[in-house]
Amino acid sequence: MATAAHKHPNYMAVFWWLAILTVVEIGVVFLPIGKILIAVLLCAFAVAKAALVAAYFMHLKFETRTMTWIAVTPVAIAILLILVIMPDSFAVSKKTTGSGKAAATAPAEQK
Amino acid sequence: MSQAASHAVEPAETPLTPESWGKLGMWIFLAGDAVGFGVLLAGYGIMRATSADWPNPYDALGINLTAAMTFLLICSSVTMVKALEWLGKGDRARAVKYLLVTAFGGTIFVSLQAYEWTHLINNGLLINANPWGAALFGTSFYLVTGFHGLHVTAGVIYLLVIARYVANRPNPSTTYNAVEICGLYWHFVDLVWIMVFTFLYLL
Repeated sequence: MATAAHKHPNYMAVFWWLAILTVVEIGVVFLPIGKILIAVLLCAFAVAKAALVAAYFMHLKFETRTMTWIAVTPVAIAILLILVIMPDSFAVSKKTTGSGKAAATAPAEQK
Repeated sequence: MSQAASHAVEPAETPLTPESWGKLGMWIFLAGDAVGFGVLLAGYGIMRATSADWPNPYDALGINLTAAMTFLLICSSVTMVKALEWLGKGDRARAVKYLLVTAFGGTIFVSLQAYEWTHLINNGLLINANPWGAALFGTSFYLVTGFHGLHVTAGVIYLLVIARYVANRPNPSTTYNAVEICGLYWHFVDLVWIMVFTFLYLL
């Protein structure tokens, strides 16, 4: 256990995966597919890259499982936060789209 | 090999990170910091979802420079792990060199961000104004990238301090743990940028 941190994985392989995924991400933006599909793909690639960094560069893969739980707790909190605000935000968005373009210019008034 | 030395220094072990308490401390700090970034990104998402005239980020920001910055940060993560790897092998000089290269990468990143900000400010994107649509876009953009930029700046200072710490101590096994903890912070900054790049620039 104590020597686990000394096992150095193949960092260059991780680097190439990250570089390739970044290029793929940028390519996905220009794909002639639906916006929602693009968003889902981008989120999936971002999570995959983050997981690679955490697992290999931050050695999370070689730590005890509890450390992984500590690391993913913020993700759970962020998702929870989005779910909590979502009903309110959609109520606001309904209101703003309901009152048409007047709402659209509202943020500009803050200038 | 270095573990035996660090165990001797810190007899009271944590069951989660037998190497040191510091490592557990950094992980818990990072988890807290991640909540900060998570809240900022979630807030960005909510503001975007509720805005009627949110601009297409690609039109306002462009991604060529930022893609290069992303690549740079990934490269600096590799030099960071190389520093740790060399220190583990007992090569202090190479470890210090890689730490300094990592800090240099971070410095270029912040410089490029300053260049990007200057360019955007000249184009009229301000913290309270945005020629492409919702002014809140400018607010959230500068808040999120600024918060991340501060982390990179702090990281560069942290790296320089650790490089000096390693350079001044002849026995690499006594500094291995400090470099590993510093690396955790640096990789976290890289990880956050991966998220920021995706959510602010690409989506």
